[in-house]
Amino acid sequence: MTLHPMISALRRHKAGVVLIALQIALTLAIVCNAVFIIGQRIERVNRPTGLDENNLFLISQQWVGAPSGDDPASVDKLDSLQQADLAALRALPDVASVTPINSLPLLNSSWNGSVSLQPGKDLRAGNARTTFYFSDEQVLSTLGLHLVAGRAFTAADVQHQAMRDQREPSIVILTKALADKLFPKGDALGKVVYFNGDPAPTTIIGLVERMQVPAVGSWTSSFTWYATLAPTRLNANFSRYAIRAKPGRLDAAMHAVTPTLYATNRMRVLDDDSIKSFAQIRADAYRADVGMAILMGVVCLILLAVTAAGIVGLTSFWVGQRHRQIGVRRALGARKIDILHYFQIENLVIASVGAVIGLLLAIGLNLLLMHRFEMDRLPVAYVLAGIVAVLALGQGAVFVPARRASNVPPVVATRAA
Amino acid sequence: MFNYYLELALRSLKRSPGLTLLMVLAIGFGVAASMTTWSVFRAVSGDPIPWKSSKLFVPQIDMWGPKGRGPNSTDNEPPDAMDYTDAMALMRAHRGKLQSAMYQISPSVVPADASKHPINVSGHAVYSEFFPMLDVPFLYGNGWSADDDSQRAAVAVISGKLNDKLFGGVNSVGRTVSIEGKDYRVVGVLGSWNPQPRFYDVVNTGGFSTGVEDVFVPFERAIAMGMPNDGNTNCSEIPAQSGFVGLQQSSCIWIAYMVQLDDAAAVSAYRSWLDGYAKDQQTAGRFGWAPNNRLRDVPAFLDHEQVVPSDTKVSLLVALGLLIVCLVNTAGLLLAKFLRRSSEIGVRRALGAPRGAIYAQFLTEAGMIGLAGGVLGLLLTGVGVASVSWVLPKDIASLARLDFSLLALTLLVAVVATTLAGLYPTFRASRVQPAWQLKSN
Repeated sequence: MTLHPMISALRRHKAGVVLIALQIALTLAIVCNAVFIIGQRIERVNRPTGLDENNLFLISQQWVGAPSGDDPASVDKLDSLQQADLAALRALPDVASVTPINSLPLLNSSWNGSVSLQPGKDLRAGNARTTFYFSDEQVLSTLGLHLVAGRAFTAADVQHQAMRDQREPSIVILTKALADKLFPKGDALGKVVYFNGDPAPTTIIGLVERMQVPAVGSWTSSFTWYATLAPTRLNANFSRYAIRAKPGRLDAAMHAVTPTLYATNRMRVLDDDSIKSFAQIRADAYRADVGMAILMGVVCLILLAVTAAGIVGLTSFWVGQRHRQIGVRRALGARKIDILHYFQIENLVIASVGAVIGLLLAIGLNLLLMHRFEMDRLPVAYVLAGIVAVLALGQGAVFVPARRASNVPPVVATRAA
Repeated sequence: MFNYYLELALRSLKRSPGLTLLMVLAIGFGVAASMTTWSVFRAVSGDPIPWKSSKLFVPQIDMWGPKGRGPNSTDNEPPDAMDYTDAMALMRAHRGKLQSAMYQISPSVVPADASKHPINVSGHAVYSEFFPMLDVPFLYGNGWSADDDSQRAAVAVISGKLNDKLFGGVNSVGRTVSIEGKDYRVVGVLGSWNPQPRFYDVVNTGGFSTGVEDVFVPFERAIAMGMPNDGNTNCSEIPAQSGFVGLQQSSCIWIAYMVQLDDAAAVSAYRSWLDGYAKDQQTAGRFGWAPNNRLRDVPAFLDHEQVVPSDTKVSLLVALGLLIVCLVNTAGLLLAKFLRRSSEIGVRRALGAPRGAIYAQFLTEAGMIGLAGGVLGLLLTGVGVASVSWVLPKDIASLARLDFSLLALTLLVAVVATTLAGLYPTFRASRVQPAWQLKSN
C-alpha cells in the first residue's frame, strides 16, 4: 500500500490530525518525565540502609530537671542516668541487645562534620563530609551492621562525653564507602584521619559494609554513605536507645520499655513519639517520595486513558465520515484487512509525528525540571520506552474503530450518502 | 435565545452519549488533578502574615566570610541565621521599630498534678517585642515587658493548647508553670495561632510543622538558665570552648532574627546601619572581608530559603500539563462533533442564522460540557484533597483544604477552559458553507 492517498486524506482534516498528534506529543513528554520521577523515587526508597531493620526500634527520651552537662560533675550525673536506663533495658526478656546512639539512618536528626587526611585543616575544607554515630560496643550487633574488616568496639574502648564537648574520638569504624573515598587504594585499616579540623589523630580500627546517613534530604546526596561510628556515649538532657528485640518479639518489647523506663526514673518525658519501630521511621522518612510516586502514577494513568479515549473518539468519527468511501473501496476489491490496515497505518503515521514532537518536548521538559528543580537527566531508555508505549497505545486504541470500519459492507457504495 | 441554544446543546449531547461522557470525564479528571495540586501549592506558598509581611525583615550578616562557605559554594550568600555575638549586637543597637532575636527550645514541662507524667513541648526563647511585632493573638493576658527582658524574669507565654492541658482551659495568668524543673509565672495565654510556614524561624523549623508552639520564654532568661537550643547549629569552625557557653562565644549560627521596618526610609537606614556595623567589625579585625549583608522581607526570605518544596511545584506543573492534554483532547472531539453536524449548520445558515448565532450555539454546547466536567471535577477534587492527607507528608498535607474559593475556581477553570477549547471547533463550524452542504445532500 502506498502512503500517498493516506497523506492526502489526512490533509483534508488537518486540524484533527494536528490535535491528535499534539495530544500524543504532550502525553509522551509528561509520561516520560513522570515515569522517570517514579523510577527515581522507587530506587531511593528501596536502597538498603545497611541495617537489619527487622525487630529494630528506637527510644528517644528526655530527662526532666537534669543537669546541663557543661561541667564534669553534671556529665557524670547524666552518664549514670543513661547507664541505669541501659541496664534496665538490657535486662528485659524480649530484648536481644541495646545500644545508645545519637541518631539512626532515615531519622531526621544528624550530626555532620568533615574528615581529613591532614590535621588542622579548615572545617569546611576536609577530604570528605561525614555523619557521626556516637554509640557503644553493642552498636554492630544491635543495628545488624556487617563488619568487613578490622575489629568491633570493645567495652574498654567506650568513652563518654558531653554532647557539646568538642573532643574527637581516638578510634573509629568507618563505612567502606567513606574509607575508599579517603584511601582509594583500599588500605584504610589502621590509618589515621583527622575530624573537624582537630589536630588530634583518630585511628580507623574497622570498616562496615554499608550504613546510610540519617537525613534523606537532597543536601545529603554528596555523602549518603559516608558514616563514622565513634565509641562514645553522648551525655545530654536527652538520650536515644536503639533496641533489637528477640525475633518475633518486637511488639512485646516495645510495650515493655515504657513502664521499665518510668520504673527506673519517673522524671522523664516519654510520649507517643518516643518509641518508634524502624518500619515507622522508614515510612516517615520516605513518605514524601512515596506520595510523589503515587501522584505521578495517577497522573500517568489519567493521561494515557484520556489520550487513548481521544484516539478512539476521533477515529470513530473519521470512520463514520468515510463510511461511503470505505464501501467504495470494498466494492472495488479491497479486502477487510486492507481497510483495517489503512486505519492502523494512518494512526501509526500520526502517532509517529506526535512521538517525534513528544521526544523534543520530553527533553525540553526534563531540561526545565533539571534547571529549576534539581532533577537528573532523563535517560534515553525512558524516552524510547515512552515512544514504544504511545505507539502501542495508539494501535490499541485505533483497533476497535478500525475493525468497525473493516466491517463496512461493499454494498454501502451503492447507497446514497 | 439562550434557552434555545441550551436545548439544542442538550439534544446534541444526548445524541452521542459516549463522546459526551468522554469529554466530561477528561475535563473532570484534568481539572481535579490541577485543583488538587493547586490546593497543596496554595497552602505552602501562601503569605503567612499578608497584612504585615512587607514590613518584617530578616537581616543577614556575613560572619563567616568567603572561606566559611566551603570550597563548593558558588554564590556569595551570607549565612541564613545568626551567631550569638551579632544577634546580641543587633538587639543592643535596637535600630528597628520592633525586633527580636529568637531560638528554638524544646523543654520539658511538669504538670502540677503529680499523677501525670512530664511532657515535652516546643517553643521559642524570644524578646518582648516578638509578640506585638508578629501580631500574636492573646486569649488571656499579654506578652512580657522590656523590663522582664533585661531582668531575665521567670515569665512565660503558653499556648491555648498547653493551657487546656495544664490548667483545664481557665485563665491561668499569674499561675505557675514548671519548665525544665524551674517555676515560671504565666503572663499570657495565646489564642489560636499557628502560622504556616513558620516565617519567623524558617531555619530551625524547615518551614512547616505539624506541632504547635507551646511556650515562649524571655531570650536572656533562657540563655542564663542554659536552656539549650533545639534545632540546627551550623559551624564554619569548631567552637574553641565546649558547652552551651562555648556555643555562645563561637561563630556558629543558631539564632533567628526578625525586625519590623515601616517604610522605605527605615529600610534603607537599617541597611546602611548594617553595613556600618559590618565595616566596624572589619576594622576591629573580627571580619577579614568587606561587608556582605542582606535585608530581605518575609516573602523574599521564604523564597530564598526555598520553603515551598520542589515536589509541590513539579506536581502542579505536571497536573497543569495533564489539564492541557485534556483540553487538546476535548478540542479534537468537539471539532469532530461539530463538523459532523455540517449539514445542520448549513440549514441554519441558509435559513438566515448569522455566524454569531452559530458561535453562540456551539460555545453554549462547549460551556455545558465544561460545566458538567466542572461538577465532576468538584467531586474528584474533593476526593483528591482528602487523599493527599495519606499520600503527602503530614506537615504539608494538613494544610491543603477544600474551601469555597477552591470550589468556585474549579468550576470556573472547567467552564472557561472548555469554552476556550471549543473556540477553534466553533470557528470551523461557523465557516461551514451553507450552499455546499445543501447541494451535497
